[in-house]
Amino acid sequence: MAAFILSRILQAIPVMLVVALISFAMFAYVGDPVAIMLGQDFTEAQRLQLVHDLGLDQPFFVQFATFVGHALQGEFGLSYRLSRPVAELIAERAPATLELAFCAALVALLVGVPMGVYTGLYRNSWLSRAFLTFSLIGVSLPTFLIGILLILIFSVWLGWLPSFGRGEVVRIGWWSTGLLTLSGLKALVLPSITLGMFQLTLIMRLVRAEMLEVLRTDYIKFARARGLSNRAINFGHALKNTLVPVITIAGLQLGGIIAFAIVTETVFQWPGMGLLFIQSVGAADIPVMAAYLLLIALVFVIINLVVDLLYYLVDPRLRIGRGAAGGH
Amino acid sequence: MPPPVLSVRGLRVEFPTRRGVLTALSDVSFDIAPGEVLGVVGESGAGKSMTGAAIIGLLEPPGRIAGGEIRLQGERIDTLPYDRMRRIRGKRIGAIFQDPLTTLNPLYTVGRQLIETMQTHLSLSDREARQRAIGWLEMVGIPAAAQRVDSYPHEFSGGMRQRVVIALALCAEPILVVADEPTTALDVSIQAQIIALLKRLAREKGTAMMLVTHDMGVIAETADRVAVMYAGRIAEIGPVRAVVKAPKHPYSAGLMASIPPLDRKVAHLAGIEGAMPRLSAIPPGCAFNPRCPHVFDRCRRERPELIETGTTRAACWLYDPASERQAPELLRHG
Ligand SMILES: Nc1ncnc2c1ncn2[C@@H]1O[C@H](COP(=O)(O)OP(=O)(O)OP(=O)(O)O)[C@@H](O)[C@H]1O
Ligand code: SF4
Ligand SMILES: [Mg+2]
Repeated sequence: MAAFILSRILQAIPVMLVVALISFAMFAYVGDPVAIMLGQDFTEAQRLQLVHDLGLDQPFFVQFATFVGHALQGEFGLSYRLSRPVAELIAERAPATLELAFCAALVALLVGVPMGVYTGLYRNSWLSRAFLTFSLIGVSLPTFLIGILLILIFSVWLGWLPSFGRGEVVRIGWWSTGLLTLSGLKALVLPSITLGMFQLTLIMRLVRAEMLEVLRTDYIKFARARGLSNRAINFGHALKNTLVPVITIAGLQLGGIIAFAIVTETVFQWPGMGLLFIQSVGAADIPVMAAYLLLIALVFVIINLVVDLLYYLVDPRLRIGRGAAGGH
Repeated sequence: MPPPVLSVRGLRVEFPTRRGVLTALSDVSFDIAPGEVLGVVGESGAGKSMTGAAIIGLLEPPGRIAGGEIRLQGERIDTLPYDRMRRIRGKRIGAIFQDPLTTLNPLYTVGRQLIETMQTHLSLSDREARQRAIGWLEMVGIPAAAQRVDSYPHEFSGGMRQRVVIALALCAEPILVVADEPTTALDVSIQAQIIALLKRLAREKGTAMMLVTHDMGVIAETADRVAVMYAGRIAEIGPVRAVVKAPKHPYSAGLMASIPPLDRKVAHLAGIEGAMPRLSAIPPGCAFNPRCPHVFDRCRRERPELIETGTTRAACWLYDPASERQAPELLRHG
């Protein structure tokens, strides 16, 4: 088990290095940070000083090594736009994005899995057909349009829910949470649905397909022949067997949710990392963009690791396979 | 004679398809007495598995029972609602499937699968159920059962898995077991052991059994009576000795003469040309008439019912005294 985790972490290192290289290249070669930071009036001496301060006169590898070293310590320098440490900016915005992504994932799983199970079990019921039609709409409508439609209905027409912002937040240490106030929770509803919609429909279709597949297997027929209750068969034997692929996709989609929060955050003016990123792109604020890129890569790597561990827990065949491979 | 455990009368199974209704089984009738083993043989597609599926109430939709009746210890079971029938499956009728590699849930330990089966049908505490699970694994010959009870199916060989499947089929002590080719998927060297095990347990527990197989050796050794099926009907049924040694129906005779090497499915019959007709193209009269070496006029016009032949009952006009033609010496005396 430990060996397995270690090997996965080792595999993740080159991935992270490549992403680091890309964000560094962006950092070093896209735009001219010196020009941006100096503004209009400057002397040559000031310019050289800044070049030196930023380490831009060093050879490429030294610069890259310094970049990685700093990144490991969570240091990405100053934002060009806001002149504040990037790490601080991101830490400030991260709770908003993570809470949003968490709620969106919750919506996607808690609605998507039961809908998938239902449509798999009762293939021909009218409700299943309704769900499938709904999922088709969910998949094909672009996120921003879903967001705008929801705002139109629930904020503009019905006036039930706020259309932008996080509502009131409560600070717990450095973490600011919207989960503890009514206005914070209300503010989460529409963005979570918007952000989770695509994943919801995807998970629903996946669970449905897997369920149909599993229900055809011999071991389900045999479970019926053993007289097990429908409940035990559908929600025990069948659902558990659909979990392995669902975990993979759902896990990867969680990464996707965080990455694609950008659009939703823009639509709802949600003060998270995605909005920060968009604003940074507008201002060519490279350090923030580079840091964001690395962070997203890190999120994907961690999620992949967790997904693999979950596999390991769900599927005994992998335990043996891996154990034998690692043990001999 | 004790009343039969299972009594099937005039069973008819249909499959509605786009091009009309296919009749997969028609007029299938037989009894199985307590503790008796009924062997069921016939070419691929004859309807053997379909008969088993109808008995355990698990026909694949759109297949449905369109006529006849199935009684278990006198109680009609073919018309029971799903949940009532579910309580009979596993508890009073056990089933053994063909391929042990796919019949066990890969994500549950064998112990858990045994325990859930027993707890579904018998009121047992967790501890009792676990003890019994270990007991059953011992009974079907799994070494170190107390440890193996927590193993997953993939940790067992094919033969061992089929032993587990047998334990699962028998663990609620059913009075009838439907075993559909229980050894076909196994190594030849293991087949005899599994059959011996099945036979021993059935004897010990007094379980009646419907044993579908392609292996005439198994039939000769295990079955008390044999039913020969052809194109969805019973062609001949009778005591194993008579059917194997002196078959009366021309099809049985061909089948017995072509006893295939061990488990190979019977594809072609010695001395009998052609293949079994598809369900959509069953000829009028006797379904076997295009291939029958003894065919005569009446065979093409009228469909024969089972007729007493002295030792067995055969669906063949040769045994109807009213026919213009009678069975030749060869068939009459075997
Ligand atoms: N879903 C279905 N729709 C239409 N016909 C079917 C369907 N399933 C099975 N059949 C037909 O029913 C007939 C009986 O099949 P069955 O599986 O009982 O044969 P079998 O005697 O068990 O053969 P085998 O020795 O190959 O197992 C076959 O002709 C088959 O083609
Ligand atoms: S009824 Fe006629 S065709 Fe059918 S088996 Fe008997 S002799 Fe052959
Ligand atoms: Mg079959």
